[in-house]
Amino acid sequence: MDRNNSRRQLAAMKQSLFDQGHLDEQFIQLEELQDDANPNFVEEIVTLYYRDSSRLISSLEQTLERNPLDFNKLDTIMHQFKGSSSSIGAKKVKAESTLIREYCRTGNAEGCRKSFQQMKKEYVALRKRLENYFQLARQAGPMDRASRPK
Amino acid sequence: SQYYRRIMDDSGDRFPIGMRVLAVDDDPTCLLVLETLLRRCQYHVTTTSQARTALTMLRENKDKFDLVISDVHMPDMDGFKLLELVGLEMDLPVIMLSAYGDTKLVMKGISHGACDYLLKPVRLEELKNIWQHVIRKKKSDPKEKNKASKPDKTTSDSGSGLRSAGTENTDENGKLTKKRKDQDEDEDEDKENGNENEDPSAQKKPRVVWSVELHRKFVAAVNQLGIDKAVPKKILDMMNVENITRENKYRLYLKRISCVANQQASMVAALGSADQSYLRMGGSGHFHNNAFRSFSPNGIIGNLNTPTGLNGHGFSPSGLLQLGQSQSFNNSSNDQLKFQSTITPVNQNILQGMPMSIGFDHLQNNSKGVFPVQNLNTDVKPTFPIPNKFPDQRPKVAISSSHPPSLGISNNGLMLETHPEGKHGGIGIGYGSSSSSVASQHSEFSFSMLDQGRHSDNWSSVVPLSGIQTNSFPSSECFRQTAIPPSDNMASLPLQSGYPGGSLADNMASLPLQAGYPGGSLADVHSQVGYPGNLPFQGWEDRNQDATYHSNVTCGSINSLAPVNGAVVPPGRTTTNSPLHTKFCDPMQMKQAGFAEFTECSSSRQPRANIVSQQRFSNNLGSLEYLASSMMEQEQDKMKLLGGDFICDSYSGGVSL
Repeated sequence: MDRNNSRRQLAAMKQSLFDQGHLDEQFIQLEELQDDANPNFVEEIVTLYYRDSSRLISSLEQTLERNPLDFNKLDTIMHQFKGSSSSIGAKKVKAESTLIREYCRTGNAEGCRKSFQQMKKEYVALRKRLENYFQLARQAGPMDRASRPK
Repeated sequence: SQYYRRIMDDSGDRFPIGMRVLAVDDDPTCLLVLETLLRRCQYHVTTTSQARTALTMLRENKDKFDLVISDVHMPDMDGFKLLELVGLEMDLPVIMLSAYGDTKLVMKGISHGACDYLLKPVRLEELKNIWQHVIRKKKSDPKEKNKASKPDKTTSDSGSGLRSAGTENTDENGKLTKKRKDQDEDEDEDKENGNENEDPSAQKKPRVVWSVELHRKFVAAVNQLGIDKAVPKKILDMMNVENITRENKYRLYLKRISCVANQQASMVAALGSADQSYLRMGGSGHFHNNAFRSFSPNGIIGNLNTPTGLNGHGFSPSGLLQLGQSQSFNNSSNDQLKFQSTITPVNQNILQGMPMSIGFDHLQNNSKGVFPVQNLNTDVKPTFPIPNKFPDQRPKVAISSSHPPSLGISNNGLMLETHPEGKHGGIGIGYGSSSSSVASQHSEFSFSMLDQGRHSDNWSSVVPLSGIQTNSFPSSECFRQTAIPPSDNMASLPLQSGYPGGSLADNMASLPLQAGYPGGSLADVHSQVGYPGNLPFQGWEDRNQDATYHSNVTCGSINSLAPVNGAVVPPGRTTTNSPLHTKFCDPMQMKQAGFAEFTECSSSRQPRANIVSQQRFSNNLGSLEYLASSMMEQEQDKMKLLGGDFICDSYSGGVSL
C-alpha cells in the first residue's frame, strides 16, 4: 500500500512537473533509457547534470559580474549550459538560456543579468523538486515504464 | 524489389549493429546521455570529452571507427576544426552536435564537411539513422577506386579526373565556362572532352590526399589570386604541389560540397516545397531545432522510408522532409538551392572566392542566401552560371558519399532562413554567383551519386538507399539493409511516383521515376530511400544520374524544397513546361547541365519527391535554368572561374574561417 501510494504520488509529482513546464519530452526519453541494466539512469543523469553545471553557474556568475560584460564568453558558457540542461529536459532552464543568448547577441547586459537570475531560480527549484522525486522513486521501488504525462 | 522487401520486412532497426561510433563532447551530462542512446541503438560506442583525444584515437587507427559524433563547442578545440581534420585526414562521416541550431552554425558545419547536424538534445530516432551516413560514405569510396573506367562516375577517382582535367582545360582555355568545366570535367569527362578519361587504363592516378596542408595551401593560393583569378591552374601552380590536379581538388571538394550542398539543397528543397512550413519553422527560434530534427538526415532518411513522404503526398512540412530525404533529392535540393539563390541576385561576393565557410557566414548574414547556393550547384554547364557542373552528372558516388547530405537537415533549417530572397543561395559555397561554380561542383558530386540527369529514369540512383551494401559496412554485419540493387531505381523514385501533381507534377509526371517505378512498393523504396543514397553506387553505375543519390540525403530534402522562390522550375524534363523553364535557359542547356534535374526548381513546385526525381532527370533544366539565368547574369564568369576552385576554398573553410 505504501508502495502504491508512493507510486501514485510519484506519478502526480511527475505530472505536475510537466504541467508546470519544468520538464519536457527529453525527460521521458531518459526514462525510456532506464531499464534493468540501468535502473537509476535518470537519477544518475540528473545528479551528474547538477554537479557539472554548478561550475558553469559559478562561471556564469563571475562573467556577469564583470564590467563591461563579455558577451562572447557569456554566450560560450551558455551554449554548453543550454546543451546540458536540454539533455535532462529542463524546459524552463533551457528557455531562459535561449533568452540569455538573445541578449548576448543584442548586447543587452541588463537583460542577461535579469534573465540569469530567473534561470538560476528555476535551476535551483527544479533541483529540489527532482531530489524529492527521486527520493520518492526509491521508496516506490523500481520505476514503471516511463509514462507520458497526460 | 526483393531487396526492398527485405528491408521492409526487417522487423526492427535497420541500422547496423556494432557500428563503431566515437562520441565527443566536453559536457559530461550530454556525453553520458549520448552514449546511452547510442548503446541503445546497439552501436559500439567510445567516448571522450576532449577533441584532441578524439583526434589521437582516430589517427592511431582510422579503421577503428565508422563514424564520429562531436559537439561543436569544445574548450580544447573548435568542433568545426575537428570536423575538418577528421574529414580531411580520415574521411570519416562526422555528425555535429549543438545546442544551437542557427543557420550559420549549420552552414558552417556543412561547409566543414559535416554529414549531419543534430540539435541537442538528440533523440533516439535521429541516432538510429546515422549509420546511413556511413553506408553512404563507404559506398562512394570503394566505388571510386573501382570505377577506373568511368572517372566521372565514381566520384572519386581523383586520378581519373586528373588526366583529363588538365587536357580539357587547355582545350577550353579562354572559356569562362572553363572553370566550371573543370569541375564538370571530372564529371563529364566522358561526356565532353574526356575521351581520355574513358580510357580505363588512363585512370587511376595516385590519389592525392587532400591534407590539411594542401588545404591551407589551396586556400592561401586562392586568396592570393583573388576570386577572379583563382583558376585551378593557377592555384595549383601556387600551391606547387605535384600530383594535385584540379580534378583532385575539385572532386574532393565537390564531394564535400556536394554533400553540403546536398544537404543544403535538401534543406532548401525541403524548405522550398514547404514554404510555409519552413517559414514557420524558420520563424521561431525553434525552427532550427525542428528543422533539424525533421531534416536531419536521420529524420530525413527516416522520412524517406515513409511512403507517404516519398510519394510526394506530403507536401506538408513533414512531407517535405521526407522528400528531402530521398536521396535523390539531394541533387534536387542542390538545384534548388541554386535555384533559390538565383532567384535572388547572386552575390558576387559569394563567388569571390569566399571559402565555403565564408560563404556561409556571409549567407548567414544575409540570412537568406544561405540556401540558394546549394542549388546553384547544379550548374548548368554551358550557359548557366550555375555552378553545377553536373552536366555530366556522372554518378559520382564517391562524392556524395563523402558527405552525406545529412547535412540536409541543417540545410533545411538553413533553407528557411535563406529563403529565396537570400542571395547567396546559401551555403557558403559561394553560392552567390560563385555558388554556381560551387554548385556545379556539388552538383557534380552529388550527382555522381545520383546519376545526374542522365537518366531521368534512373531514379534508381536514389536507390542507393536500398542499395546500400551491407557488405561495405565492415563492422556491422548486422546491417540489415542488404544492398538494394540499384536496379531498384524506383526506390528513389518513389518520390516521384507518388507525386500527384504538385507544381512539380508537371515535370514530375514526366519523370520517369514515376512511370518507371517498377511497382515495387514505394514503401520498399522508401526504406531504401531512407538511405541517403549512399548506395549511389548502385545507381551510379549506370551513370544514371540519379541525382537523387546525389542528395546524399540532404539533397533529398533539398529537392523537395521545391523552389522556395517558387520560381523553381521543376527540374523534370518538362522544364519546358514550366514557365520558368522557358524563361531561363534553354532547356537544352539545362539538360546538358544535367543538374537541371537537381535544380530544385522542379522540386520547388513539386512535392518534394518530385524534386528528387527531378534530379534524376537531367532535364531538370527547369530549375537549373532558372538559376542559371539569374546566375548567369552576374556570376557566370565568376563561377566559371571559381567553379571548382571556388568551392574548394569555401569548403576548406580555411579561408573564410
